[in-house]
Amino acid sequence: MTLRKKVVLGLYVLFLLVPIYWLLNMSFKSNTEILGGLSMWPHSFTLANYKVIFTDPSWYEGYLNSLYYVTLNTLISLAVALPAAYAFSRYRFLGDKHLFFWLLTNRMAPPAVFLLPFFQLYSSIGLFDTHIAVALAHCLFNVPLAVWILEGFMSGVPKEIDETAYIDGYSFPKFFVKIFVPLIGSGIGVTAFFCFMFSWVELLLARTLTSVNAKPIAAVMTRTVSASGIDWGVLAAAGVLTILPGMLVIWFVRNHVAKGFALGRV
Amino acid sequence: MKVQNNKAWWLVLPVFLLVAFSAIVPMMTVVNYSVQDIFDHSTRYFVGVDWYKQVLQDTRLHDSLLRQFIFSGCVLLIEIPLGIAIALCMPTKGRMASLVLIVMAIPLLIPWNVVGTIWQIFGRADIGLMGWTLNKLGIAYNYASDTGDAWVTVLIMDVWHWTSLVALLCYSGLRAIPDVYYQAARIDRASAWAVFRHIQLPKLKSVLLIAVMLRFMDSFMIYTEPFVLTGGGPGNATTFLSQTLTQMAIGQFDLGPAAAFSLVYFLIILLVSWLFYTAMTHNDKTR
Repeated sequence: MTLRKKVVLGLYVLFLLVPIYWLLNMSFKSNTEILGGLSMWPHSFTLANYKVIFTDPSWYEGYLNSLYYVTLNTLISLAVALPAAYAFSRYRFLGDKHLFFWLLTNRMAPPAVFLLPFFQLYSSIGLFDTHIAVALAHCLFNVPLAVWILEGFMSGVPKEIDETAYIDGYSFPKFFVKIFVPLIGSGIGVTAFFCFMFSWVELLLARTLTSVNAKPIAAVMTRTVSASGIDWGVLAAAGVLTILPGMLVIWFVRNHVAKGFALGRV
Repeated sequence: MKVQNNKAWWLVLPVFLLVAFSAIVPMMTVVNYSVQDIFDHSTRYFVGVDWYKQVLQDTRLHDSLLRQFIFSGCVLLIEIPLGIAIALCMPTKGRMASLVLIVMAIPLLIPWNVVGTIWQIFGRADIGLMGWTLNKLGIAYNYASDTGDAWVTVLIMDVWHWTSLVALLCYSGLRAIPDVYYQAARIDRASAWAVFRHIQLPKLKSVLLIAVMLRFMDSFMIYTEPFVLTGGGPGNATTFLSQTLTQMAIGQFDLGPAAAFSLVYFLIILLVSWLFYTAMTHNDKTR
């Protein structure tokens, strides 16, 4: 690697990390220190901001709610997308191209368009303010994406494997679970990662479809703004805690993430 | 080589039903609203295309649409070249490679409102590093009151947030180029630029298509980040389409116009995505 490349990359990584460092830095300061003047690192190091979050149920339940509907969404998306992606990668059937394109158009639909209809739809079937409502709503953009990524990975598996298995007397479900799914294990991991990611970062729908019981952490964070001003320390601590789950899941897929970002197409 | 088999529909059916439930039903509701004037449950009138006419003549929407196109255009013009450049600089092997990958993915995994919060803090003159430094350097920077500063901040925030996606896509595209291509180029004594122009760029085409489409769609739907950072201000300077739509639908409860606007909005995204797709795959067909 030449020096120039290193410098460019170094500067970019610095640009990415400095704002995050600043958030981390603030989360360990008291509000008096934050507002008292600029300091590059916390002079009076404190965990009080984190303590507020971990001792108040309305705070930490926000995290649990978010994790709950994100997991639910990932499971639903994978369960329905796996057979569908197999169908798209192996068979031609009536209207397959139109169906695939229609699925993708849902990825292009602005969530703002669906706010009101979703609210009414889920209210009318009694699912408003439940985790499953948010999980289902997020399927709108996660299922098409999951089908897309999985189809890319599945097309990389030679068709001869299917045929050999059938000749060996495997039934379709047995072949699918015992042979095919392990073969595209990394693809499934990457897909799960993407479903997790897009469901975790989305706020607009999650906030609209919940009020108390399933309120996501992102919506709880608005509590830091009160009449007496913004509680910067707690806001920063809550922000830092929302970054952690993402970093945890990316660790598991680190070797496949580049291929996954190309949606299995490279 | 794919087998014709209509039974495959059974495998697709769960996806079809699920997406139909969360896409077709709400979409029909939107269509329904867009042609009626609704007062309450029993009082509603069919108004035909009146809402569409009203929406297409609304100057507030025109301004918002123009801002949206300028924003998406800037986003693509900055992030695509920058993303390619970064991808070319990324290490290909070893511990450093995974470390760089993980660090670059971090901004993508942060909830969008937290992205807004990070930059809201970072840009403030009193408690934020960037705002403070700029003001110390004698630049009167304030994203909350100056239109130009607000735009620059929203753009930098988006570059910070999403350039990694373009870079990671291109990186995986570059990794897929077989080594023989580079060996051949070395024998021909091709310059670095020639290697890029004739080997790397053509091979990147398919991933660049994905990158351009994803970045266009997502920047065109942007809502949360500028909402948290500037609240659409100063004035309406950074109010993009999604925010205008939410104001209309939830804030003023103008269901008819909001629904008509929703459909126009969706159609614009579909149309532009289709144009990008056709333009970028055009050369393949003529060859």
